[in-house]
Amino acid sequence: MSIKAPSQYSHYHAKVARSRATSERAWVRWSLIATMLAFLALFLIVPLVAVFTEALRKGFAAYLSALIDPDALSSIKLTLIAAAIAVPLNLTFGVAAAWAIAKFEFRGKSILITLIDLPFAVSPVIAGLIYVLIFGLQGWFGSSLIDHDIKVIFAIPGIVLATIFVTFPFVARELIPLMQAQGKEEEEAGLVLGASGWQILWRITLPNVKWGLLYGVILTNARAMGEFGAVSVVSGHIRGMTNTMPLHVEILYNEYNYAAAFAVASLLAILALVTLILKSLVEWQSARSAFANEQNFS
Amino acid sequence: MSIEVRNIKKNFGNFSALNDVSLDVPSGELVALLGPSGCGKTTLLRIIAGLETPDSGSILFYGADATARQVREREVGFVFQHYALFRHMTVFENVAFGLRVRPKETRPSDAEIKRRVHELLELVQLDWLADRYPPQLSGGQRQRIALARALAVEPKVLLLDEPFGALDAKVRKELRRWLRRLHDELHITSIFVTHDQEEALEVADRVVVINKGQIEQVGSPQEVYDHPVSPFVYQFLGNVNQFPSHVHDGKARIGNIELKLNAHHATQNTPALAFVRPHDIEISKEARTNQAGFEAVVSYIHAIGPLVRLELTRVDQTELIEAELTQERFRELAIEQGGNVFIYPRNVRVFLED
Amino acid sequence: MTKHKNILPGFNLSLGYTIFYLSLIVLIPLSAAFIKTSSLSLHDFWAIVTAPRVLASYRLTFGASLIAALINAVFGLLTAWVLVRYHFTGKKIFDALVDLPFALPTAVAGIALTAVYSSNGWIGSWLEPHGIKIAFTPLGVVVALTFIGLPFVVRTVQPVLEDLEAETEEAAASLGANRWQTFYKVIFPAIWPALLTGFALAFARAIGEYGSVIFIAGNMPMVSEITPLIIITKLEQYDYAGATAVAVVMLVISFLLLFAINGLQWWFSRRTSGVV
Repeated sequence: MSIKAPSQYSHYHAKVARSRATSERAWVRWSLIATMLAFLALFLIVPLVAVFTEALRKGFAAYLSALIDPDALSSIKLTLIAAAIAVPLNLTFGVAAAWAIAKFEFRGKSILITLIDLPFAVSPVIAGLIYVLIFGLQGWFGSSLIDHDIKVIFAIPGIVLATIFVTFPFVARELIPLMQAQGKEEEEAGLVLGASGWQILWRITLPNVKWGLLYGVILTNARAMGEFGAVSVVSGHIRGMTNTMPLHVEILYNEYNYAAAFAVASLLAILALVTLILKSLVEWQSARSAFANEQNFS
Repeated sequence: MSIEVRNIKKNFGNFSALNDVSLDVPSGELVALLGPSGCGKTTLLRIIAGLETPDSGSILFYGADATARQVREREVGFVFQHYALFRHMTVFENVAFGLRVRPKETRPSDAEIKRRVHELLELVQLDWLADRYPPQLSGGQRQRIALARALAVEPKVLLLDEPFGALDAKVRKELRRWLRRLHDELHITSIFVTHDQEEALEVADRVVVINKGQIEQVGSPQEVYDHPVSPFVYQFLGNVNQFPSHVHDGKARIGNIELKLNAHHATQNTPALAFVRPHDIEISKEARTNQAGFEAVVSYIHAIGPLVRLELTRVDQTELIEAELTQERFRELAIEQGGNVFIYPRNVRVFLED
Repeated sequence: MTKHKNILPGFNLSLGYTIFYLSLIVLIPLSAAFIKTSSLSLHDFWAIVTAPRVLASYRLTFGASLIAALINAVFGLLTAWVLVRYHFTGKKIFDALVDLPFALPTAVAGIALTAVYSSNGWIGSWLEPHGIKIAFTPLGVVVALTFIGLPFVVRTVQPVLEDLEAETEEAAASLGANRWQTFYKVIFPAIWPALLTGFALAFARAIGEYGSVIFIAGNMPMVSEITPLIIITKLEQYDYAGATAVAVVMLVISFLLLFAINGLQWWFSRRTSGVV
């Protein structure tokens, strides 16, 4: 790694580095960079690498067999189901909330925004707990659920509910500031030209926020597939039935089956890396279109 | 009358944006709503479009009450101040939008849409930009595309909100001549909002001067410029000198001089404001005995261009007076900075204070 | 100007759905926790939430969260600085990697950190001879909480640093300030609200964290048992009332933090937008 001459693409750096008065001496720069690298290595890179090394410790065959184990496969399936339900629901909610909040003025708006943020502030364990209080055996609806032979807690519905809760704000949080910044002139233009509400939403508003939307979906999906605490409380850890991938990792780990635990964990780590790559791509794309928009206003 | 505005009132909280506004716009006219920012002109335009709902009053299109009609049913074309072009659509799709969103029964065929869009793009002379996206256009081009898009739905009425506000001075001048020609070609009843008096006077058939939510004056550009009905209109349209004065028996007393007026003969000792345009200030090197005037010192001379602008300070007061005269007259008089002159106001208009 | 009567369609539908869904998923379930707790007498409630083992868990949870957030404040600021100001190969990758704790499932983070920091792990085995034990001690909790809070400070400080005008620094230099003086008199005052917000976010996140901690903590009662684990343990013993009582204490603290953070951000945005 070397400190390169500032590139002309990044005018900011060029500006800073050009004047000696506003840049640090080389040794200061070097030690700051080195400290950051050490910090990131210690907390991010080494653990990430460890996941894959541990997963392959017993060889590739053992790795594969851990992944195609029926219990592992069913945990993968359940994780995908939970995400497939939670993501579209929270996406719909996010669009509705952002439409109401960004395009209209009403009393209590800032309270509403704070309430949408609530799930971020709640410990995942408590997120699981509140559903147990409602749907659990001794919960509000516990007995009537038993009467109708419906299982929510220690079953898939509970897992889905907990997943929805912990990923609740992601899409809304991305869309609200974005749609606020875009104003409502384009929507009004659509209206004057005769478009209906749905036509405006589909043809004008959503295409305009597509990158933010995608960003929110990526974050929602990553969290939905990776959630542990909340799901752990409501799942009951029934192997092959109510275990999601992170829960399966826990079980294998607690059984000292480290290689298998890390094998399943490595899938989740790959998911995380894919998420980061997609996220960077989306950021890059939206920055590019924002830049294009900026250009024409100047 | 193609547009009638009847007793429109609109408040935003405690702020009265429009206070009992009524206005008739005859068919085929190009009308300017002129006023300072915050005077309510944009609100009025948006109420006519249906983008804002009035607290009371009504809007009639061709005699039919349109107040309750939804925006999309009003058949108006609206050009937004910042154009509001759809960023993610090509120029072609932007113009085609209004046709594409029609219900199936009334939607033209794709071939027909294509034909119409190209026709409109040719009308605004930008057919070659059909495949571009709005961010790739210049301000003036965007403005014209926004107009083409608004015309695509064949509106009965065209409304433009500060149509040239976001453009630089040169493009602005070109575009407003172009808009005037386009209007002469299409004869679609149009209203545009502007805060620029020059723009309103040059482009419009009629000018509606608005101040603080009320209409001050309606008239042809000539009328409103030559015969302003209120101090506000006087000050807002063109430069003007303003003198505090007293009116008594058909005479206005300004400082130590008295001017004869053609009105206010019965008025007794009432404070008033007298207005004189800079080009109505006559300058002389010698005092005239038959005419009342002030003595003043020439404090500054701007002699660039065909007209010379003088800043004068009255000898009896510190008040600054602006005068305009031709280069010829200026040289004839041989005026110098710091020199003393006599000034004689013509065409004084007096508004009594109440 | 106050209320614009808006003519865009869909207000009732979108706001109605928002409130309905919010109530169904978040508000009603959360209120269950408070309603459940109200069945306890104040005396019982107090006894549960101040039991020695619970008190020890608060100390650990809040203490470790505070230390982790402080570590993140220092190194997060440094990381943001380096990522914004310096140019080196691979910078984009490190920049993207900062978000790993957001993307990596906490359980995976937990077992990975445990593997690395246990006495036979890559880093643990190297620290062990120096008498430093991380995994299965409160230190391990700090490590896990530092991991999950890492992106917050970086991501709140980074954009503010990017928006700083080079001119102000040049002005400081032209007035005779050296680099360090420029930093703490000109740059730091501009970024510290963001730093504080990032710190608060990291702290709030750490308090509720469960997945990454339980593997590395060792979970010894009175020593390395975090409050969320107390809730789980009580639940597993079917002590719903007890679990809920502790949960309510945490919820109240979390809500207060959330409001504090919102207040901070509001104040911060007013400061930067120049509205008086």
